[in-house]
Amino acid sequence: MGSAQSVPPEMRALAERTGFTSEQIEQLHRRFKQLNHNRKTIRKEDFDTIPDLEFNPIRARIVHAFFDKRNLRKAPAGLAEEINFEDFLTIMSYFRPIEMDMDEERLESFRKEKLKFLFHMYDADYDGIITLQEYKNVLDELMSGNPHLEKESLRAIAEGAMLEAASACMARTGPDEVYEGITFEDFLKVWKGIDIETKMHVRFLTMEAIAHCY
Amino acid sequence: MGAAALRALPWALLLLLGPLLPGQRLQADATRVSEPTWEQPWGEPGGITAAPLATAQEVHPLNKQHHNHSAEGHPKPRKAFPVLGIDYSHVRIPFEISLWILLACLMKMGFHVMSSVSKVVPESCLLIVVGLLVGGLIKAVGEKPPILKSDIFFLFLLPPIILDAGYFLPLRQFTENLGTILIFAVVGTLWNAFFLGGLMYAVCQIGGSGLNHIGLLANLLFGSIISAVDPVAVLAVFEEIHINELLHILVFGESLLNDAVTVVLYHLFEEFANFEQVTIIDMVLGFLSFFVVSLGGVFVGVIYGLIAAFTSRFTSNIRVIEPLFVFLYSYMAYLSAEIFHLSGIMALIASGVVMRPYVEANISHKSHTTIKYFLKMWSSVSETLIFIFLGVSTVAGQHYWNWTFVISTLLFCLIARVLGVLVLTWFINKFRIVKLTPKDQFIIAYGGLRGAIAFSLCYLLDYEHFNMRDMFLTAIITVIFFTVFVQGMTIRPLVDLLAVKKKQETKRSINEEIHTQFLDHLLTGIEDICGHYGHHHWKDKLNRFNKKYVKKCLIAGERSKEPQLIAFYHKMEMKQAIELVESGGLGKIPSTISAVSIQNISPKTLPDSNALSALSKDKEDEIRKILRSNLQKTRQRLRSYNRHTLVADPYEDVWNQMLMKRQKMQQAELQLQNAYLTVPANRIDSPTMSRARIGSDPLAYEPKPDSENLPIITIDPASPQSPESMDLSNEVPKGCGGLPPSPEEDEEGLVMRPKEPSSPGTDDVFTPGTSDSPSSQRMLRCLSDPGPRQEPEEGEPFIPKGQ
Repeated sequence: MGSAQSVPPEMRALAERTGFTSEQIEQLHRRFKQLNHNRKTIRKEDFDTIPDLEFNPIRARIVHAFFDKRNLRKAPAGLAEEINFEDFLTIMSYFRPIEMDMDEERLESFRKEKLKFLFHMYDADYDGIITLQEYKNVLDELMSGNPHLEKESLRAIAEGAMLEAASACMARTGPDEVYEGITFEDFLKVWKGIDIETKMHVRFLTMEAIAHCY
Repeated sequence: MGAAALRALPWALLLLLGPLLPGQRLQADATRVSEPTWEQPWGEPGGITAAPLATAQEVHPLNKQHHNHSAEGHPKPRKAFPVLGIDYSHVRIPFEISLWILLACLMKMGFHVMSSVSKVVPESCLLIVVGLLVGGLIKAVGEKPPILKSDIFFLFLLPPIILDAGYFLPLRQFTENLGTILIFAVVGTLWNAFFLGGLMYAVCQIGGSGLNHIGLLANLLFGSIISAVDPVAVLAVFEEIHINELLHILVFGESLLNDAVTVVLYHLFEEFANFEQVTIIDMVLGFLSFFVVSLGGVFVGVIYGLIAAFTSRFTSNIRVIEPLFVFLYSYMAYLSAEIFHLSGIMALIASGVVMRPYVEANISHKSHTTIKYFLKMWSSVSETLIFIFLGVSTVAGQHYWNWTFVISTLLFCLIARVLGVLVLTWFINKFRIVKLTPKDQFIIAYGGLRGAIAFSLCYLLDYEHFNMRDMFLTAIITVIFFTVFVQGMTIRPLVDLLAVKKKQETKRSINEEIHTQFLDHLLTGIEDICGHYGHHHWKDKLNRFNKKYVKKCLIAGERSKEPQLIAFYHKMEMKQAIELVESGGLGKIPSTISAVSIQNISPKTLPDSNALSALSKDKEDEIRKILRSNLQKTRQRLRSYNRHTLVADPYEDVWNQMLMKRQKMQQAELQLQNAYLTVPANRIDSPTMSRARIGSDPLAYEPKPDSENLPIITIDPASPQSPESMDLSNEVPKGCGGLPPSPEEDEEGLVMRPKEPSSPGTDDVFTPGTSDSPSSQRMLRCLSDPGPRQEPEEGEPFIPKGQ
């Protein structure tokens, strides 16, 4: 059950920082060890061993998000080579469900964190803005499961979506102003109606059936 | 004045009805024979009855006999040929049915006129009051007012409401909360039934001589009838308060799914009341039958849903009867389930839910609208009729009022509901991510309204076995009245008082759709990484299975491969296009239009230069972008992108023309990389030349009346002197007509229309000389996005087939 790596005081510190309970940390640690084949860290290639992930159209982005230094809170840009268990937990903590006893402020910051994670997934070039091209790339990936789809239609959709976002975020602009892209504040506005905190979570509670990798 | 006149109308109708009723006395023999067959409670709702027809047939031959007798008996003097005669009995039944429905519709209309009352009092209450008045009126005239017959209720009035609810069920929220809903529906109803039944038995034992003879089983039966939350009442009240989606789906879902429990308990206790002893085996069988009833109902519904989806695949040539398939298959699912005493409501909902995604992919836009409107219409009328009849039946029925029984029923109903919700929520919150707050619990408890289903079920009871039926009926009616009137009226101010979250009125945007899909995939991925087979994992598996196998069978043609995002985008574009057209073009700009255009977004997206057609591409891009932004309802305030500002007239034949031109273009050009129409390269002047020609002439062009089929584009040349606002020509010349013709061409999607523009040369820039007169040459710059199709009823692939 326990491994040499997680000593109780460390685990307590981890638990406090990431907000998981000790059982959850135990389980995640088990999974971590499964993924990294008993090495100390995980690399990108290790994610390829998960069979179910193959069908996921945005697989690359998800894996990328694990190594994104912004999500790991290490640097404003760049990709890490490998991540250890602590980093793994940090990423997973973005998907924690909300608790009943959170106050407004905590809830708001929690929400912002989750949305920031999403934002980083869209913004691939670390400039803090989702440009039209990046948006198109996202759409391309999303629709990559449909090979016979025309690129043009995706482009049209991307443009339409950007226009929508732009019109929501830029009240009255002259035609000369160029809307660079969706900033984080605009992103927040788009997500205002949807309560992300109830949607973006994974149940870490019951994880008895742990799928195996290759 | 008008309102008063409207209010007087129904009374006028009733006065009309009055004199006709005594007319029945003329055929006293016939009616006396036929009445008992009408009044008799018809066993189960499962018995398919041809009763109304039978009675009609009975009445007619009896009439004939009557006349024959009178003719044969006495040799009458020869009558003059009757120029005008009255034969009411002939049409009596359809006439009365129509009158009732007409009354219901007029009432509905009247309430919306009297808006001040309808803000305070929910519609259902007003309708019951109307029913009471009408019933009283009929009684005052001396006739027997009709009682809501159970089979009419179950076979004709209830299915449209349930189908409407099931077909438009918000599936996402429903499945997300399915566990909660099931627990409320099953456990909650069981708790209510047994708690109430048990307590009422105790009351009956204590309550004195009038009640002592009511046994435990009878009380349990009574409990099971009254414990079910009624979907009709819930819909009627909740629709008006616009509560947030979670609560709405919880209460509403519960009211739908508890039908299985109600059916089982009802039949169970009804049967047991005939037994002397109830053994364990009987109880086990009863428990099993619950699963059979509910799962069987769902199974029947799914089968019919799949058949309906499959049928809709082939209806491309007979679009007119497509809606009929949806209605018929659903109704058959309901009736088939009722044959076997399975839960008809669950069958109906299952069939609606299953058939909907596939049917909607197959049918035309008009059929979709038809289905929506017919369902809304029928369910609305049904609901109105149900409430009116509840009122009438209250007046008409035989009542037996027993203070103890009724008051204690009412009290225990409320207590049972509150306790049940509290306990269950405490249990459910252990498993829910989004916990239910006390406010939510209050609304759920308060929203447990009883309605006509309870009434009809009680009315079905056999009088011989249950001679306290009248007392039951009285108690049930009291509870119904209390919940509908008191709870229905006060729930709205309470919702405001407690500041319960209301429904978000946001329209679903394309951004939301993209983000939601992205989030789904993300969460599935995270679950896979965690190794946890959760909710998203299974949903993803189901979607993949659906896409791979099921969609191919059930959706016709190309649509089967269309991903959801594209389909959604089509729908949105279509809606926007229709909205634009309806609002009279850009002359009357809706408030959602922004000042943002696409140039603001991507000023530097120029494609790679292609030496051959670099020029046209440039112009192409420019024009395309501008029109794109038009499509997204932006207001054109362009002044500076490229000295030209082109505004397309957003009518559908514009796109029609564009498509046609596009086809031409593709034949003319060697290689077009883009999917957008361009003006033919060899006909365009260079931008510099065009600019020179237009110069600084701020002109607006009006449509030339007789240019056939040419959409209008006004060119407002961009220049410092040009006015800010642009005059857009909103008219379409007569030649263009409305929509492009031939619904038979639905199938072809984007096709080449056989119309040619009158003078291809007019593609070019205006000749300056004639620019003053309004009758100058129309400019035909038709560029299109392959967005809205020319016929809004078609949902064809985004990509033109000729590509």
